[in-house]
Amino acid sequence: MSGQASRRDILGGLLVAFALAPTAALAQTGGGEGSGGPPTVAPDLPGTLAKFPDLDAWIRIGADGRVTVFTGKVELGTGVKTAMAQLAADELDVAIGRVDLITADTALTPNEGVTAGSQTLEQSGTAIANAAACVRLLLAETAAARWGVAATTLFTRDGVVLDGQGRRASYAELAASTSLAVRARADVPRKPVAARRLIGRPVPRVDLPAKLTGLPSYVQDMRLPDMVHARVLRGPSSGTRLTPDLAALRRQPGVARVVDVGRFAAIVGPREWPLEQALRVANQGAWTRDAAVPALPPMPAGLLEMRRESTVIDTRRDAAAAPGVRRLSARYDRPYLMHGAIGPSCAVALMAEGQLTVWTHSQGVEPLRTAIAELVAMPADRVRCVHREGAGCYGHNGADDVAGDAALVACAMPGVPVRLQWSREQEHGWEPLGPAMLAQIDATLDASGRIVDWRHQVWSNTHSTRPVAAGDLLAGVEVVPPFVPTPPKPIPQPNGGGDRNAIPLYRFANQSIVSHFLPDMPVRVSALRGLGAHLNIFALESAMDELAAAAGRDPVAFRLAHLDDPRAADVIRRAAARFGWSRYRPRPNRGRGFAFARYKNHGAYCAVALDVERIPDEGRLIVHRAVVAVDSGEAVNPDGIRNQVEGGVLQSLSWTAYEAAGHDGTRRTDYDWSGYPILRFADVPHSVVVEVIDRPGTPFLGTGECAQGPTAAALANALAAATGVRTRSMPLAGGLATRS
Amino acid sequence: MIDLTVNGATARVDVDPATPLLYVLRDDLRLHAAKFGCGLGQCGACTVLVDDRPVFACLLPVGAVGTRTVTTVEGLGNAAAPGDVQRAFLHEQAAQCGYCIPGMIARAEGLLRKTVTPTETELRSAMAPSLCRCGTHMRILRAVRRAAVVRGGGVVEPAEPVT
Amino acid sequence: MSRPGIRRIVVIAVVLLGLCGIAFAAIAYRPAIARVTRPDPRQFDPALVARGANLARLGNCVSCHQAAGGRPYAGGYPIKTPFGTIYGSNITPDAATGIGSWSPAAFRRAMREGVARDGSHLYPAFPYTHYASVADGDVDALYAFLMTRPAVRAVPPANRMIPPLGFRPLLAGWKLLFFDPQPVVADPRQSAAWNRGRYIGETLAHCTACHSPRGLLQQEKRGDQAYDGGWSGGWYAPPINARSPAVRAWTVERLDAYFRTGLSTAHAAAAGPMGPVTYNLARAAPADVRAMATYYAWQMRAAPAARAEPRLPDRRALARQRHPEGARLYDGACAVCHEPGAAMMVAGRPALPLGTPLHEANPRDTIQVILKGLKPPVAPRGPYMPAFADALDDRQVAEIVAYLQVRRGTGPAWPDLEKDVAAARKEGE
Repeated sequence: MSGQASRRDILGGLLVAFALAPTAALAQTGGGEGSGGPPTVAPDLPGTLAKFPDLDAWIRIGADGRVTVFTGKVELGTGVKTAMAQLAADELDVAIGRVDLITADTALTPNEGVTAGSQTLEQSGTAIANAAACVRLLLAETAAARWGVAATTLFTRDGVVLDGQGRRASYAELAASTSLAVRARADVPRKPVAARRLIGRPVPRVDLPAKLTGLPSYVQDMRLPDMVHARVLRGPSSGTRLTPDLAALRRQPGVARVVDVGRFAAIVGPREWPLEQALRVANQGAWTRDAAVPALPPMPAGLLEMRRESTVIDTRRDAAAAPGVRRLSARYDRPYLMHGAIGPSCAVALMAEGQLTVWTHSQGVEPLRTAIAELVAMPADRVRCVHREGAGCYGHNGADDVAGDAALVACAMPGVPVRLQWSREQEHGWEPLGPAMLAQIDATLDASGRIVDWRHQVWSNTHSTRPVAAGDLLAGVEVVPPFVPTPPKPIPQPNGGGDRNAIPLYRFANQSIVSHFLPDMPVRVSALRGLGAHLNIFALESAMDELAAAAGRDPVAFRLAHLDDPRAADVIRRAAARFGWSRYRPRPNRGRGFAFARYKNHGAYCAVALDVERIPDEGRLIVHRAVVAVDSGEAVNPDGIRNQVEGGVLQSLSWTAYEAAGHDGTRRTDYDWSGYPILRFADVPHSVVVEVIDRPGTPFLGTGECAQGPTAAALANALAAATGVRTRSMPLAGGLATRS
Repeated sequence: MIDLTVNGATARVDVDPATPLLYVLRDDLRLHAAKFGCGLGQCGACTVLVDDRPVFACLLPVGAVGTRTVTTVEGLGNAAAPGDVQRAFLHEQAAQCGYCIPGMIARAEGLLRKTVTPTETELRSAMAPSLCRCGTHMRILRAVRRAAVVRGGGVVEPAEPVT
Repeated sequence: MSRPGIRRIVVIAVVLLGLCGIAFAAIAYRPAIARVTRPDPRQFDPALVARGANLARLGNCVSCHQAAGGRPYAGGYPIKTPFGTIYGSNITPDAATGIGSWSPAAFRRAMREGVARDGSHLYPAFPYTHYASVADGDVDALYAFLMTRPAVRAVPPANRMIPPLGFRPLLAGWKLLFFDPQPVVADPRQSAAWNRGRYIGETLAHCTACHSPRGLLQQEKRGDQAYDGGWSGGWYAPPINARSPAVRAWTVERLDAYFRTGLSTAHAAAAGPMGPVTYNLARAAPADVRAMATYYAWQMRAAPAARAEPRLPDRRALARQRHPEGARLYDGACAVCHEPGAAMMVAGRPALPLGTPLHEANPRDTIQVILKGLKPPVAPRGPYMPAFADALDDRQVAEIVAYLQVRRGTGPAWPDLEKDVAAARKEGE
């Protein structure tokens, strides 16, 4: 038998049991952000197969041998399109170049809710891998029946089933007589690790050649025949209302028409530049503070005064624990943060032949479709939302709202494709922000330096106002009669919103974790990468360092002493070793900091070590080195993991050290990048190293958000070591940077 | 009527001369690499080369280009035959969402046309006008350091060595 | 004349020259002050160090003593003068490459007399002509501050002076001619804030160094012509006395806000060299900054705008008619930020004509801000403008400036703009 390494026995190989209980039970649509999603109908099947068990929902094989794979998730720049193509291609045994991945489209793909919460591989990747393995088996069984042999005697290579004695049949051929409208089987093994060609390899991103050479790749690049451009008119920020002079705008050159419905207004024309100029004219109109928006109290202290609904989300009592002798009582906080996508939100919409199609970079085309259908008063099955990539969004930004805006305009102009682009100022002014948060930690050490009591309280707004109905879109509250926004709700554990990662992974004898949910939103907020994990891990891991210092123990050893989870211990040891933790020499104004978290306590494990210098007199921070160890379970694309983690580290450094969205009581004050500076090249670390611990055969663990929390705390810990002063309020390099 | 030399070819467009070059590139010439990021000269997503210098296409009126040569990322190479800066970016997989990357490539090309031996400080300073929100900076710098070597030079005292 | 007669004249001439040389050497000579061991930073009283930190902010020391990408006070910043480029020295307490081996007396001598520890004369680019009048306690505070900074090993590039100006003893001659330090004596008729402001402004902050004209040998004209306007780093520092061309009054409040935040909403943002000045003033003691505002508001109390703030013209149609290309360039490159309806205008940033550059005697500042843009002066966030030097050629910049002047200017005509733009590019390098 030739090509041993590249072929594969049908049933030989490891039968990999998917650990269903954690992921399936935990799978809330989009990590609990957004609508409930479709019901589980096949609980024995892994990933989203449990909701869509038929194979042809996921995989089709064309007459030309090309394989179309459907996913209800989307590519946000995380590289999942490549990872899922790797899974499909490897499990199916076809060249990756023959796989076409169709991402979320309400007309074509399974409803996997929102691409959020770092669940893409856990949910969709798992489903696709298993579905591909099932399809491969079915094709082999078709050949087996045709040749009168047992399927176990056949093997596959590069899209062909072979019997090893000269008979061969291509998948294209076999697919013609293989129905994929059948239920997946839970017992089909995945490809043995040793035989994998793609999974576990740093396969180059399939989408980069086009993006790096200028081929149209983003929704912003779409140009349809007879397409018109549009700009929406709004006040300078969320919480304001503009009164534009529509009559004057209609007379502006380049404005072909004005679409206005109630308070919603947009200008439409054939070319962008005249619309930009007209937008400026519109913005000279009077604007007022929206009286319906509650007043913003001084932050972060104001969070403590707001109306709240408190829940104990975890509690443990061990009366036999040793008495506490030293106590830490500390308050940690962060301000409102922007998503700050480099490309302001954009959508294209076309109302034609009774069907409304919206091309959108929303993370959730399914709930968006529901909201838009309600907005334009059309049946949901006449509205189609198709995902097209936008710039990285890092959560719920303006993507859904602009889709609603475009839909309204398109409905006013049937037959004409409409491209509506938000301005930079509109993105800064109207995108939902990551909520300001505050955590209070009270912890006690016993005489041996062990933590015996741990109380964590966190105050936060909801971390999801993702649209599920028309009232959740900006246009929805502007039309007449206005729709009503869905009342905000907390996202329940085990995913959590403001309380995400508030429950420690450490083993403490006594603990009490309380989530104070604040329903009133003086500032428009929603999901930002990591949700509550950024602040909660900042607090938790800062407190761990403060306690370690009080106990006179090394911060890494202190953490290990309180952990049961061997994989957690592994990432901690790996990061510390690679960093050279035990060899580090302290220097003036320079220090090291360490932090660890397991995202959501069921996602990826991530440990971060930083070497940071603070230049006195300038307050400038130099991150000399960042060393990270991450365990994402089975690594489909280790370079994709490294890329996401590097990116998460840099983004979190920017958030934690520098960022704070400003508000003057009437409006947001940061209308462009000059008002909301983010990390630039001069301040980027000198070196970032990410070590990936690959555990093939174990479940995929959500990785995209795992670095936000540990990086924030590692920075706080490094600065405390460098300066001798502990800062518990973000932004850490604040001072003049945060003065309005 | 305005004549432009873009990527070595003449283009003729009938637009208001005050129109920023960015819109002409994207809407009239269907060159989508340069992106709209802010329209304010703050983010660099629109960066193109004009006579070898990186400029913000969002703030350059098309009527002001004149006979100067405009080079967009499409003019540096294509998917089948990428240019050496693009090749370096692909080698380092220097992109996450990728939206800022054409601006980065153009800016890097502008730097390397000026010098193939910048110091690390000069490299960071040259790239500073371009923003990345995904945090791809490390890979972008690695890509430019690699491209400098390919061009016969190399960054002086690089923060990370080219491997 | 007889040959012995000629010979005698020659001998006398040589002897006289020799005596002059000796006399000059005697004047120029300064002994070295012995090196000391680098003082232990812990020996300095923290209150004195804090006082020195404040004074260093007021004096804007770090701007000349830090290179781009370099460490604070480690030197390496190029100061361009008509006589060549001088690099700011390393004044960190590094014993080998900084001032770590300087005794307090050596430091005092440098500040008061412009002489380095080793006896060499310092170029007046280091404004000891001002620092000579800094009070003793303040000099000691600055010493304490500098000696407690992190020591950085860094050797700045060698100065590149036009020969023979690299020969430092010549500076003794310069000092003879121009160095006549006067103490700053309090004026009892004025408030404490005024006096404090004058002391700071005339000594540490050395404002006349940019804002006064200079003579041929670069000596500041501080008498009648003090604050009549000057040049710095390719930018024009306008008059800040009765000749101020500002079209809005510089009140104490507005000056204070400008110094502390880098922005006066009645004028403009701090641009060019004023950026780093306000960066440091923003971190100085607010009472001292207010004192400076008090003094300089007084200096400008008789300026035209102090008496009446004129209505500012907007000759839109005329400017477009006279400079149609400038108008088109402005529409495409500038209006997006500077016209009503732009986000920054809606947010209350000052309109273009409020800024002084459009009303100055020369177009230099208008040109430079177009070429170089503006970085947020005092913090990472703040007013920002991109640079247009690579996007627009000299003629195009001149067109925009011409258009702006017709549309908004109230000062004298600027006749030769394209040449001015070329000069600005060259001098701002």
